[in-house]
Amino acid sequence: MIAQKFEYTAPKSLDEALHLLASGAKPIAGGMSLIPMMKLRLAAPEHLVDLRALKDLSYIREAGGQLHIGATASHYDVESSALLRQKCPLLTETAAAIGDVQVRNMGTIGGSVAHADPAADYPAALQALEAKFVLQGAKSERVVGATDFFVDAFTTALEPGEILREVIVPIDDARTGTSYQKMAQPASGFAIVGVAARVRQNAGKISFARLGITGLSNRAYRASASEKALEGKSSTPADIQSAAALVAQGIDANSDLHASADYRRHLAVVHASRALKTALSRIA
Amino acid sequence: MDITLTINGKSYSQDVEPRLLLIHFVRDVAGLTGTHMGCETSLCGACTVELNGKAIKSCTMFAVQAKGADIVTVEGLASDGKLDPMQEAFWNEHGLQCGFCTPGMIMASKQILDRNPAPTEDEIRHGLEGNVCRCTGYQHIVNAVKAAAAGAGK
Ligand SMILES: Cc1cc2nc3c(=O)[nH]c(=O)nc-3n(C[C@H](O)[C@H](O)[C@H](O)COP(=O)(O)OP(=O)(O)OC[C@H]3O[C@@H](n4cnc5c(N)ncnc54)[C@H](O)[C@@H]3O)c2cc1C
Ligand code: FES
Ligand code: FES
Repeated sequence: MIAQKFEYTAPKSLDEALHLLASGAKPIAGGMSLIPMMKLRLAAPEHLVDLRALKDLSYIREAGGQLHIGATASHYDVESSALLRQKCPLLTETAAAIGDVQVRNMGTIGGSVAHADPAADYPAALQALEAKFVLQGAKSERVVGATDFFVDAFTTALEPGEILREVIVPIDDARTGTSYQKMAQPASGFAIVGVAARVRQNAGKISFARLGITGLSNRAYRASASEKALEGKSSTPADIQSAAALVAQGIDANSDLHASADYRRHLAVVHASRALKTALSRIA
Repeated sequence: MDITLTINGKSYSQDVEPRLLLIHFVRDVAGLTGTHMGCETSLCGACTVELNGKAIKSCTMFAVQAKGADIVTVEGLASDGKLDPMQEAFWNEHGLQCGFCTPGMIMASKQILDRNPAPTEDEIRHGLEGNVCRCTGYQHIVNAVKAAAAGAGK
């Protein structure tokens, strides 16, 4: 399988990359989604700009009480980051659940988020973390929150010519526990359903809950009905079960050869309950 | 586009089309046919090579992306006629039948031990999720990785 002809540039600077993107070129990062699409000729960009050539775009660092992850940090960089393991274990757990070793060595957080595959893993965690995305164009830069960023299947708030430059996630205190639970499609590893939970407890009561869901519908979303149901509860099995039961409320569930809509909804409830229990058990 | 890659310590320069896949560079330009093309769709891992120390699927990378990189293929493992310990372990443990998946399995298995010299069985299976074998049922491959780990620990 050979892709259609294209021109390739390894840019020397972000400015050069943005300039080329402004005139219609397309970014390539790990290529783990784009190259398969190009080989199948579902995508036929005329000009690729290789973001991995920008050596200083794969950082993972702490600044101003938040964590900043450069677009080309690979899934392996995230999975193996000691800083993230300590300060944002939800992200390392999610990265480790993506695809396989070879895919994690190449695929990047920026590419996964920009691609916005409805079955991708990161979007669930990034919704639960209320992540912010720094989008940069040749002339301007803006910051968009996760709820506004994921618009539809393969559709995000990114405008033509913009790149996702950085992902920003918060640092939670020790009263917060997180977990990512997924049902993987056995061949590719993509999530048939994946649930990221982030819960905080105060004096035995849940004071804060965030649930990010992927795989169920066209875009990763926050299960706000479940979140509200948890707040103020003392996290008994019955509390968790009734909150998890609301996870697919109002959602138009996808159906495909891997799972029917009803089965996906069922999986979402089961995995929400597992993610919540595990997250609560991890609170220090 | 002119590119130079190092494969198994040897430098290869060639004017290539940007759409040339790395696996075609390895097999057709460098003539190293140990790396196999299985699925062509990023799923089977038969085409796994090491790129700057990381296992990657060479059917899902353009050769131009690897410009200047240091690549190791299965042919680069043995030295002076002596097999690499992972190759030796696959042989001893019958980690192959038809052998089609083997070059990729060996490259992925080496990545497992590079990052974790004493993996559990679960960690070995997790590390091989990107590699498909239609013959062995995997058990002997897992045994081979265990044996290589034990051998290296001696
Ligand atoms: C076998 C296999 C299994 C997989 N399993 C999983 C899985 O289990 N879970 C999962 O979540 N994913 C999985 N993936 C997808 C993988 O995570 C990809 O790495 C990811 O979706 C895309 O990241 P990339 O860096 O490879 O992007 P690319 O493929 O290079 O790019 C993808 C798209 O994003 C655009 N883009 C890339 N970077 C940027 C940027 N910084 N700003 C703006 N646009 C950008 C590109 O133009 C392109 O349109 C799998 C892939 C394969 C091949
Ligand atoms: S040939 Fe590359 S993954 Fe199958
Ligand atoms: S030995 Fe035949 S495919 Fe693995």
